[in-house]
Amino acid sequence: MEHLDYELPSRPQPHRREPLLVGVVGSGNCELLLEGGPPADRCRISIKTSAHGFAPIWTAVVADFAARAAAGGLQIEINDVGATPAVVSLRLDQAIEAWEESANV
Amino acid sequence: MNAPLHLPWDSLRRRRDGRLARAKALGLDKNVPAERVVQLLETVIEPGDRVCLEGNNQKQADFLARALAKVDPQRVHDLHLVQSVVALAEHVALFEQGIARELDFSFSGPQGTRLAALVGDGKIRINAIHTYLELFARYFVDLTPNVALIAAEAVDDEGNLYTGPNTEDTPAIVEATAFKNGIVIAQVNERRQTLPRVDIPAGWVNYVVVAPKPNYIEPLFTRDPALISEIQVLMAMLVIKGIYAEYGVKSLNHGIGFDTAAIELLLPTYGESLGLKGKVCTHWALNPHPALIPAIEAGFVQSVHSFGSELGMERYVAARPDVFFTGADGSLRSNRAFCQAAGHYACDLFIGSTLQIDLAGNSSTATKGRITGFGGAPNMGADARGRRHESAAWLKAGTEAAQGAQHGAAAMPRGRKLVVQMVETFREHMAPAFVERLDAWDLAAPMGLANPPVMIYGDDVTHIVTEEGIANLLLCRDLAEREQAIRGVAGYTEVGLGRDRAKVEELRARGVIRRAEDLGIARRMASRDLLAARSVKDLVHASGGLYNPPSRFRNW
Amino acid sequence: MSRSYYEASARERLAGVVDAGSFHEFVPPAARVTSPHLAQLDQPVAFDDGVVVGRATLAGRPVLVAAQEGGFLGGAIGEVHGAKLLGLIERARTERPAALLFLFDSGGVRLHEANAGLVAVSELIRAILRARRDGVRCLGLIGGAGGCFGGTGLIARCCDRLVMSEEGRLAMSGPEVIETARGVEEFDSRDRALVWRVTGGKHRYLLGEADRLVEDDVDQFRAAAADLLDSEAGLTLAAVEREHARLQQRWQRFADCDDAPEIWQRLGVDNPAEVPLLPLDQFLAVADGCRSAP
Repeated sequence: MEHLDYELPSRPQPHRREPLLVGVVGSGNCELLLEGGPPADRCRISIKTSAHGFAPIWTAVVADFAARAAAGGLQIEINDVGATPAVVSLRLDQAIEAWEESANV
Repeated sequence: MNAPLHLPWDSLRRRRDGRLARAKALGLDKNVPAERVVQLLETVIEPGDRVCLEGNNQKQADFLARALAKVDPQRVHDLHLVQSVVALAEHVALFEQGIARELDFSFSGPQGTRLAALVGDGKIRINAIHTYLELFARYFVDLTPNVALIAAEAVDDEGNLYTGPNTEDTPAIVEATAFKNGIVIAQVNERRQTLPRVDIPAGWVNYVVVAPKPNYIEPLFTRDPALISEIQVLMAMLVIKGIYAEYGVKSLNHGIGFDTAAIELLLPTYGESLGLKGKVCTHWALNPHPALIPAIEAGFVQSVHSFGSELGMERYVAARPDVFFTGADGSLRSNRAFCQAAGHYACDLFIGSTLQIDLAGNSSTATKGRITGFGGAPNMGADARGRRHESAAWLKAGTEAAQGAQHGAAAMPRGRKLVVQMVETFREHMAPAFVERLDAWDLAAPMGLANPPVMIYGDDVTHIVTEEGIANLLLCRDLAEREQAIRGVAGYTEVGLGRDRAKVEELRARGVIRRAEDLGIARRMASRDLLAARSVKDLVHASGGLYNPPSRFRNW
Repeated sequence: MSRSYYEASARERLAGVVDAGSFHEFVPPAARVTSPHLAQLDQPVAFDDGVVVGRATLAGRPVLVAAQEGGFLGGAIGEVHGAKLLGLIERARTERPAALLFLFDSGGVRLHEANAGLVAVSELIRAILRARRDGVRCLGLIGGAGGCFGGTGLIARCCDRLVMSEEGRLAMSGPEVIETARGVEEFDSRDRALVWRVTGGKHRYLLGEADRLVEDDVDQFRAAAADLLDSEAGLTLAAVEREHARLQQRWQRFADCDDAPEIWQRLGVDNPAEVPLLPLDQFLAVADGCRSAP
């Protein structure tokens, strides 16, 4: 397994809620666990992936995500089994959407 | 003035008659018992003959192929095979045993690796890899078969043949062989007193053998909707809204992948919601794809002409004669040559997938160590420069091409076919679909070709669709723009990461690149719930129980 | 629009089966109780180890519920996964919910941690039987893409009642296992029609192993489960003896059959070849007249 950790600037996520799980750890797929924690303008993303050697692609994918989404104040942990960048980006967007839909505050 | 030549003007006919006489002397007449087929082949085939062994990506003259692989290589050798596909193990065995030496063909799916090995060992000479239509054309010019080994469904007492739903290549092969002093040998599944219809007249066929087992047919065009991903749904939405609706595409051909199956399954849902029924996708050159059933049932489709048939679709096709081309008996009449011509000349759009696309938009399915060929894609995926009839889609594409002015000062207005390549930026195992250099470049030399085996040339491609959006290559003003348009939809591949971000944003502002949000498509809408059928069982229900899928596609 | 149970994830199924918003998860993903064995093997782990367990209401009545995720290692039972299920069953014995609900989707024991998984399966079987003896109603739902095989198949058959869809599969040895052990001539695991014929919901319903057969629809599973909240519960020696007698009788009646349609014929189905193609309502009309009593 390859471990990758990022801390990126991102717009603050206004909503708060309990931790949220999105996705499934299956071939070509990944799961994401979202929790509060980091400072409001920072997004922490940590990835464990079974596909080795794709760090530059992950770096680009999460940078684009942090730039387009309101992910500040969120910590996102990803368990990945070779999901393509398209699937990872989709899951990240779905996760933010689910977070906002079922937020407590 | 020269003296008249005294050539033996009927030498080929006499040579054929000699072969028939040799067989007759052995007691072999038109109806050949299965156990004497090898003897027949050894008698009528001569060393160096051009032989066509019928088979395509569906129907195979498999019994005759096995028989040919059993002939004595001392008697029958150095054959020149001229045939659509090299698909069976026996096809390759012919070269390994020295029975055949030369090959002209179109496609070799599963045998691509063994074929490459034979080339390496010097056991085979591949003269050319053709498109189907190109190979059929050469049957009538310089590759006319001496002997054709074909497959049909049934024979009657007079010797007429019924080819059933999978007529496919048979008429083209028999026409060329029978009328140019050749010998036609048919394997059939059964004898019948009367045939549902006559597809090949008795007089064009020399020998018929009832095969011990029905000829093999591959259900190549069945795509299980359960395996369509959300990303493919998103891409299908981009195509329907960004291309089909935009150009008003009425006549078209689809490739066989899951990407295009997703489009077929979104027509009755997403397409309907855009008000596109009757406005797009009314006329098709397409095999009877099970995935098209919901669109047909929803009234989208007016006509479908087919290259071949598809297992399990027999009763459905027979019940929809307004849509499909059928015989009096109700069964599909397919014809690959005519359907390829239809796909080339009479369709506004071709859309298919590929394995690699380069910076100029050239695409190839050839990868290292495999010789695969092209099949029909290049016929469909090429501008029909001979086309003259006009349609809205053809004219709009032509106008855009003139705006892009890639053809110099396009003083004379003309239309243009839409040729769309649809790929996810990464395939399985993170293999990028976009590359700086096609693997095809490295294959030309070992195959003895002067040029790389390109499936669809970049200058024929009008649009590239990925999950990142649509690149309209017609609107690109020069090759540098074209490269940036391609990089702009290449996502996180090296090609994509190497884009000039400012230039890509400029292209986006001009509509050369259109992302989902530019088309008003919310990515989160891209759910499998949009598919008109999410399983093979749904397709059966949509067909009113008429579709009978092969057992490997069932989960009931 | 109907929601496919077969396609849904464990969490989606669970959310659709129990009352909206009523679910409270035990040992949630954020607790990060993941498999130490997979970590040791440098394999991907899941934050919930492939099973969601917790408390909810169904039709307003309290239930304890577990949903296996077939997408993670085939829903297979490892040490953590097994312990979460076991803890839930033990809790049921003291909490006495209206039902203990299992949304099965699992190929059996997880090969990466086979010893722990095998121990877990035997513990789970014992725990379910004990819970039933104490009067806890155990209901199993089977309609996921992974089916219900191996040890999970055994666990499922220890429940009071099973709800299946036609797409659901239930058996001891899975198709690939049979083919590997006995050869493709014995069982071609790629022949999907064969696989569903002999393990699918219709066959299990005709044999009396599934109590309810529903469409592949989350709402239909929910309705069937709610309906069974008032079914008879409890495990007695007499009931076990009845079950053994029933199995004995089945063996005598069907042991020489080569394929499921032969069994259906002997049960009195007129056109067994048509059974796989019958829509659910027509199938139930045929089956309810002749199936083995559950």
